[in-house]
Amino acid sequence: MSEHDGQFEQKEEHEHEHHIVSPVIYLAILLALLVGTGLTVWASFIDLGEWHIAPGLTLFWNPAVALAIACTKMVLVVLFFMHVKYSTKLTKLTVACGVFTFLALIGMTMTDYFSRAWGRW
Amino acid sequence: MSAATIVSLPDQSTARIPKMNFLTKENGLLSWLLTGDHKRIATLYLISITFFFFIGGSLAGLIRLELLTPQTSLMAADTYNKVFTMHGVIMVFLFLVPSVPATIGNFVIPMMVGAKDLALPKVNLLSWYLYIIAGFMVIYTMAAGGVDTGWTFTSPLSTHYLNTHVISTGLAIFVAGFSSIFTGLNFIVTIHKMRCPGMTWFRLPLFVWANYAASILMVLGTPVLAITLVLVVLERTVHIGVFDPAYGGDPILFQHLFWFYSHPAVYIMILPGMGVISEVISTFSRKRVFGYTAVAFSSVAIAVFGFFVWAHHMFIMGISNYAALVFSLLTMLVAVPSAIKIFNWAFTLYKGSITFETPMLYAFGFMGLFTIGGMTGVFLGSTGTDIHLTETYFIVAHFHFVMVGGMLMAFLSGIHFWWPKWTGRMYPEKISQFAAVVTFIGFNFTFFPQFILGTLGMPRRYAAYPPEFQALNVFSTAGATILGVGYLLPVLYLTWSLKYGAIAGNNPWQATGLEWQTQSPPLTENFLETPIMDHEAYDYEWLEQQQQKEVASVG
Amino acid sequence: MSDSTAISNSAAAETHHEHPPYQRHHFETVEQQADTTNFAMWLFLLTEVMFFGGLFTSYLIMRNWYYPAFVEASHQLNIGWGTANTAVLIMSSFTMAMGVWSAETRRKGALVLCLSLTFVLGLAFLGIKTIEYHEKWEKHHVPGLNWSDASFLNPASDPEVHKDYPGDQPLAPDMAQKAQMYFFLYFAMTGMHALHMIIGISILGFMIVRARAGAYTTGHVTYVENFGLYWHFVDIIWIFLFPLLYLISRH
Repeated sequence: MSEHDGQFEQKEEHEHEHHIVSPVIYLAILLALLVGTGLTVWASFIDLGEWHIAPGLTLFWNPAVALAIACTKMVLVVLFFMHVKYSTKLTKLTVACGVFTFLALIGMTMTDYFSRAWGRW
Repeated sequence: MSAATIVSLPDQSTARIPKMNFLTKENGLLSWLLTGDHKRIATLYLISITFFFFIGGSLAGLIRLELLTPQTSLMAADTYNKVFTMHGVIMVFLFLVPSVPATIGNFVIPMMVGAKDLALPKVNLLSWYLYIIAGFMVIYTMAAGGVDTGWTFTSPLSTHYLNTHVISTGLAIFVAGFSSIFTGLNFIVTIHKMRCPGMTWFRLPLFVWANYAASILMVLGTPVLAITLVLVVLERTVHIGVFDPAYGGDPILFQHLFWFYSHPAVYIMILPGMGVISEVISTFSRKRVFGYTAVAFSSVAIAVFGFFVWAHHMFIMGISNYAALVFSLLTMLVAVPSAIKIFNWAFTLYKGSITFETPMLYAFGFMGLFTIGGMTGVFLGSTGTDIHLTETYFIVAHFHFVMVGGMLMAFLSGIHFWWPKWTGRMYPEKISQFAAVVTFIGFNFTFFPQFILGTLGMPRRYAAYPPEFQALNVFSTAGATILGVGYLLPVLYLTWSLKYGAIAGNNPWQATGLEWQTQSPPLTENFLETPIMDHEAYDYEWLEQQQQKEVASVG
Repeated sequence: MSDSTAISNSAAAETHHEHPPYQRHHFETVEQQADTTNFAMWLFLLTEVMFFGGLFTSYLIMRNWYYPAFVEASHQLNIGWGTANTAVLIMSSFTMAMGVWSAETRRKGALVLCLSLTFVLGLAFLGIKTIEYHEKWEKHHVPGLNWSDASFLNPASDPEVHKDYPGDQPLAPDMAQKAQMYFFLYFAMTGMHALHMIIGISILGFMIVRARAGAYTTGHVTYVENFGLYWHFVDIIWIFLFPLLYLISRH
């Protein structure tokens, strides 16, 4: 992972100019975020049902949709308000690193809780 | 000892310490307390860390004295619990975690990458203050009556049953955690953004790579410990929380969150030590580190794998068998990059011109003891063996082999190695070689019997034990006495050398790192002008040519 | 090295080039300084992500264990206030982004206006949060300090909520008690978030004063930009807290 920085950083210092995001984009993102908020509240009042994937494994659509909307909003904020779309590879890598470790914490912990229900061998 | 040596000191009759250096630039207490200079902060850290090391060490002495006899003869069982807890808390959070990074790393990393200072000098100073606040809080805890949960704060013991000072210790570690986060953050930023022209990633000394990997763990792991301790403190204050089964919480959740940090913390403690060993082995065998790239990436690999193995601390705690299986397999993965390092150091020694100065002796100690510590870690990582051995003295011996035999040896190796750069004076060679050997012997006497005690079934964390274990415990306590001498000696002769040591000159070891190409002790700005890196790391031929050029120009 | 050369060399070291007052001495260029502090801010946000990560993990597990209690307890939260607060915080993120834009395009008046709007919106968020916290206190829903299971043992005893959610069944005593767990996590998570808001608002106040003196409109936008990152991060945390705490199951 660090190999990349070594190759790109030198170039980036020259290539990477300070990109100014236009207010029009900010306004569009604001509207999208507000719509997303409305959508997630509206969706929570509807029973979206569930999907039995396999015995003992069920996907409930309500929380899934709520999290999907929240994730979309997060991506919008990160890419545009926080300028990651226009940032260096290093910044993108840093964000990816944070998401990865966060998911590792939750995911690896959940492997234990999930499989505890399977009982002994 | 071999008479061969690479030490080249300037002519002692004419040599003097440069008048202008970071130690003499400004005077007075305030110039130290408000400094932004990474070398001064490193010095502050060195003093405070040594102080806490000796507090922790004295507590270790008390533990060994108590275990001299099978009965609780020296102190009551409750007191014993407090003593080993404070020993663990101080040694882990106030010594091992900041030891190499915050002292040696702080001192040499900016010089190694060719920068004037760390990227964020004020944050660096803040991190020292946080450390000191945490230190005072721990001392307060001890004075107020101590805490007896063990350094792991296992819930519900810490949240429900005990009425000792869990809150103040928890907050102390919270504060110490942020000190460590800021150090790690500073290192990552410095290594990415402050490298001098020509200093590519693969020209960095391996010490920098190792600290980079450890810093990633500090930045990503420590906050999880911080929030866990906040939750423990909240649980104790409002009597509701997510860990205590009496309130519907899950103690295993605490274990998950705690070990999510505390397993990577093991690598936070050992990786910078491995970095020191890479530097020392190369310098004293006059060879480029064998497989530089492999050693560099093995550090990063240890850091990444380190986040996926934490549940091997929990095999007997009621996690699911399936998860235990997965975590056990992943644990085996970490052994690979560690082994890569050991093998590459061994190959570096092969056909090298080895000399046996003190740093090298400590490094040899590290390689042997860390290998034993690491191999026994594999026993503990496999589920079946772990169930038999965990919570016995086997585990105590295992992590002391890695932490004391590994990290402390590496720390002492590094201190001796960079002492001439730090102070401008050499330490006395003969007595320090003696101290290194004493430490090694004392260490093995102390901790090897504990492996045997563990396999025989002596549990850890008890003040009393069945009489048949006494012989080995006496051995261990006797060894601890020798070990104590081994640790006291460096304090004495290093202090002595501040005034009476031989003048070291710029580069007593003929080492290649950028930090050796400037004066000792260095200027506040480290270099006269921004250095340009025009050679690979550990390029001893470049150094020779450089010296010939100097001779030619003077002549 | 002899003394004389050391002294002459150090004299040479002290002759440095002219550079802007906001450039710290150990950086070679202003760009390097800007890059460095920006990267440092991102790394700090990484630690923040993991800091909240512990809370989110705890929430996830407790919610799965005590789902009925979490559903009924979440009905106690006022969805109107929650939605309003989300909108307020998103607006403040927008004004903050506009603040960065004003600094980049060197518009001092606009910068001060944007920062002030962010400041006010931040305070509005905390104000609404206070109203909500106060309501929890009055209804004895503060775990550990002021707690009563009544609303969950007998939902009809709480007519205000019961009329909106008539389907809420009385919970068994041990499950009703777990509503306390929900409110513990609610206060821990929103409290930690509010703490970040308070820190942010304090820094904003400081920045408004500096901006009025023209500090950030001379081409040195790093400070505003990095604070913006922090502010957006706090916004993102709320974007997740809102559905997780308020919208568990409203149907």
